[in-house]
Amino acid sequence: MNAINQAILWLNDPLNWSNPGGILDRLGEHLWISFAAVLIGCLVAWPVGLWLGHTGRGGGVVVLISNVTLAIPTVALLTILPLTPLGFGQRPVILALAVFAVPPLLANAYTGVRQVDPEARDAARGMGLSGRQLLTRVELPLAVPYLATGFRTASVQVVATAALASFVNGGGLGQIISAGFGLGMSVGGGQILAGALLVGLLALGIEGLLALVERALTPRPLRRPGRFRRRPATA
Amino acid sequence: MQYADAPGNPWFSWQYLRDNADTVLSALVEHVTLTTQAVAFAAVVGLPLAVLAYWFRPLTGPILALSGVLYTIPSLALLAFVAPLVGTTRPASVLIALVLYALLLIVRNTLAGLNQLPAEVLDAAQGMGYGRFARLFRVDLPLAIPAILTGLRLATVSTVALVTVGSLIGYGGLGDLILGGFRNNFYKAEILVGTVLCVALGLLLDLLLAGAGRLLTPWTRGARG
Repeated sequence: MNAINQAILWLNDPLNWSNPGGILDRLGEHLWISFAAVLIGCLVAWPVGLWLGHTGRGGGVVVLISNVTLAIPTVALLTILPLTPLGFGQRPVILALAVFAVPPLLANAYTGVRQVDPEARDAARGMGLSGRQLLTRVELPLAVPYLATGFRTASVQVVATAALASFVNGGGLGQIISAGFGLGMSVGGGQILAGALLVGLLALGIEGLLALVERALTPRPLRRPGRFRRRPATA
Repeated sequence: MQYADAPGNPWFSWQYLRDNADTVLSALVEHVTLTTQAVAFAAVVGLPLAVLAYWFRPLTGPILALSGVLYTIPSLALLAFVAPLVGTTRPASVLIALVLYALLLIVRNTLAGLNQLPAEVLDAAQGMGYGRFARLFRVDLPLAIPAILTGLRLATVSTVALVTVGSLIGYGGLGDLILGGFRNNFYKAEILVGTVLCVALGLLLDLLLAGAGRLLTPWTRGARG
């Protein structure tokens, strides 16, 4: 295949790695954008999700937010936010990606608290824990596996979606692919394939890495059987 | 044409809709076509895959793992993989990428539905002398309809949103409007029309499928009210 040879050639050119706007630059941008988006998502979604789960209300709200977010095209949000007072640059991109990180984080935080054994909750109440203590000392620790699953789902989604930031020149590895399409298939075909390979490998690598971290951080008694691990609460 | 800094670049304008009704309509038609084709293909491939995984347990892991890996690959990357191999002059590139994404949701939900059938029902079907295929079509699949439908609805809504990515190679339906407006000196009315139609289309198709589900499963209606 011609395009595949071109892609290998393109990846073997050291200038494509180290130039300004080369692979290393783009990788750094990609990781920074994703990290900031997931961080904002966590700061917003976890407190809300834990609180809704604690009070037992808002199940409908969680489902509604997930459904509506699913229907909004990423491309649209990435296009609209820079035209608001936010302005251009990385800020609107980070915010747009954070919006897509919220549903899995929120849903898993909510489910995580809801699934806590009612008897454990009653026992904690009986020991005289206040609502706040109940949340931080009993429900939060027991929800950790769900929080971890949500974090992983959100992170992988954001890293994958960050590639679309290239539509609005927001940086990231997707920029390599977009630039390739801009050159046309005969010239840029190799670059397109190379960019696809890089973005795909990054997403799969992050998924694998986070799976290992999740396993290492979850206390042994809370580790759920393998068949439940891949099922986020949003689906 | 209006410019970004001109006072008249509103988020919504009837003028734009009147002048560009044809463009908007053809983008909408392209969007609906790509979505329905992708979901239909994914259902045609995904349902048998799920049934295979249901019948032969050892296949469950590999099938779920493969579709999971596919889902992890970013949509832009998948499009970029497919486009040089299939060619960018055809909507087929977009379609293939869309089908691969819808596949996972359909397989996963169908399999979950089939695996959750009550054992007594299956025993009863066995006792009535149903063979493998008779049981599949008369008992297993009808009872799994709610789960299958959940998968179809998720797949449809996310496909509607994903179609827009195809506008990178010029087959993005309403996404072409969104990006076209962005490139066209940030013509806000065009962007918003594309976005609103996209979200409305997703919700409308979701409602249609939910309605079809109610018609197909009359036995659940009494229980759920």
